[in-house]
Amino acid sequence: MTWTTDQPIISIKDVHKSFGSLEVLKGISIDVMKGEVICIIGPSGSGKSTLIRCINALNDIQAGSITVEGQEVHAAKLDKLALRKKVGMVFQQYNLFPHKTALENVMMAPLKVLKEGKTEVEALARALIRKVRLEGKEDSYPGELSGGQQQRVAIARSLAMRPDVMLFDEVTAALDPETVKEVLVTIKDLASEGMTCILVTHEMGFAREIADHIYFTDRGVIVEHGPPATFFTDAKDPRTQEFLSQIL
Amino acid sequence: MRLKPIPGVSTEASSDLPVLLPYDAKKGAVPDSMLFTRWLANMPPWTPLVIFAVILLWPLTAHAAYSYGEAMDALWRWMPFLVLHGFSFNVLISFLAMVIGTALGAVLGLAQISLNPTTRRFAWFTTQLFRNSPWLVLLFIVLLAFPFEIQIGGVIIPIPDWMKAVFGLSLPIMANISEVVRGAIQSVPTAQWEASEALAFSRQQTLWQIILPQCAKRMIPPWMNWYAILTMATPLCSLLGVEEIITLSRQAMESEDNHPELLVPFFGFALLIFFAYCYPIARWTIALERRFAVKL
Repeated sequence: MTWTTDQPIISIKDVHKSFGSLEVLKGISIDVMKGEVICIIGPSGSGKSTLIRCINALNDIQAGSITVEGQEVHAAKLDKLALRKKVGMVFQQYNLFPHKTALENVMMAPLKVLKEGKTEVEALARALIRKVRLEGKEDSYPGELSGGQQQRVAIARSLAMRPDVMLFDEVTAALDPETVKEVLVTIKDLASEGMTCILVTHEMGFAREIADHIYFTDRGVIVEHGPPATFFTDAKDPRTQEFLSQIL
Repeated sequence: MRLKPIPGVSTEASSDLPVLLPYDAKKGAVPDSMLFTRWLANMPPWTPLVIFAVILLWPLTAHAAYSYGEAMDALWRWMPFLVLHGFSFNVLISFLAMVIGTALGAVLGLAQISLNPTTRRFAWFTTQLFRNSPWLVLLFIVLLAFPFEIQIGGVIIPIPDWMKAVFGLSLPIMANISEVVRGAIQSVPTAQWEASEALAFSRQQTLWQIILPQCAKRMIPPWMNWYAILTMATPLCSLLGVEEIITLSRQAMESEDNHPELLVPFFGFALLIFFAYCYPIARWTIALERRFAVKL
């Protein structure tokens, strides 16, 4: 199956996922078009993170299907390399490589995985570091950077693989309110450049501002979804209303 | 007035939640893999002086036939020989056994984290087998089970006993280095594996470019700890007739007519020289351990 831009770039259909006897995802379906920004919100333990980890095959699924640009993620013989070149991921805990400088962190994957030339990769990495507004921090080690700076290096590191889709897994959850802003600005820049983004977030204000579509998950199912304009103002489902009333 | 009982404090705890059970110091204590080095490094630097003083003051009741002074003279005469032919051979054995043990142990340690369950179980079994066997038993097995010469083509290559001793000592080192490697790799947070996986690194690339560079430094102190233990164990080879310092000391004493007064000076000297060699290593190991303490 060849993928064209009028089809969803990511298509999730009736996905089920269990850890042992605990069923975390109970039939989730989401379609994402190219250039869309999707926010997944919901209480802790509702399966949000598990869902986006399934998209780049960090978790496997028991039933259903996930396709990324036509590539079947649930296939038994999955070309993980091809998939992960298309899908970048940023984690809550940054997970930078502590023994490498910020610049080396960004350069590592294109150098070692894509086997590109050192000079081009370095130029690209410097440009990305500038893009996330961290000029001057190229030679700092992760331990010398603040949480927000580390998270922006992590975004640059992921962008260095030139993915078509970016997954953000509660990337601001470990940051204080002021540094949250600097990371969100970086994500907003990306979204405005047309990057397809899927965010798991607790930042409702940000979700409202940036998302094209919001999904609310609870106990492994999508309870409600819609564009932010209607989602936040007239939620239909009582569970959504209850959740929103507690945060807004 | 009777106070309300507090489960786990004033009465028996009845819970299957571990955090609610009373703390069991014996269960909670993790065995210290660097016990030997820490013990050695914690000795005050004047320890050899004490040993030396004990050697000097030992026989206050000297026999008439052979005075203690004569025993010290004998030691003085033999000392260069004992150091150059005896102790230097111990050092050589420890070097070679360490090189072989490290090479084999690194492979075995990596095999212990293999994704293939058969490889992993085999590596685990081998590691546990050699880690928990008495060193002397391993030495004797190697000595008796190995041929004294091998024939490759038309060439006969003799295998001297000391080479077998090297191989025998390298087996427990191999098993312990295997555990050091496995432990260091598993001490790196799994998030690092996931982050590199998400960046399209293969497992091999992740291991060699991300994980091992992070934990290589952490392996150095326990590795040195095992080197010190190995060096201390080299006198075991004297039981196999290898001419290292203890064998030569015994031979020297025999040639000095086996006076009992010789025992303390000669073996005391061996103790001193082992201390002099291993003590700086232990101090250095502990210093490195502090410097490489994990900070993530």
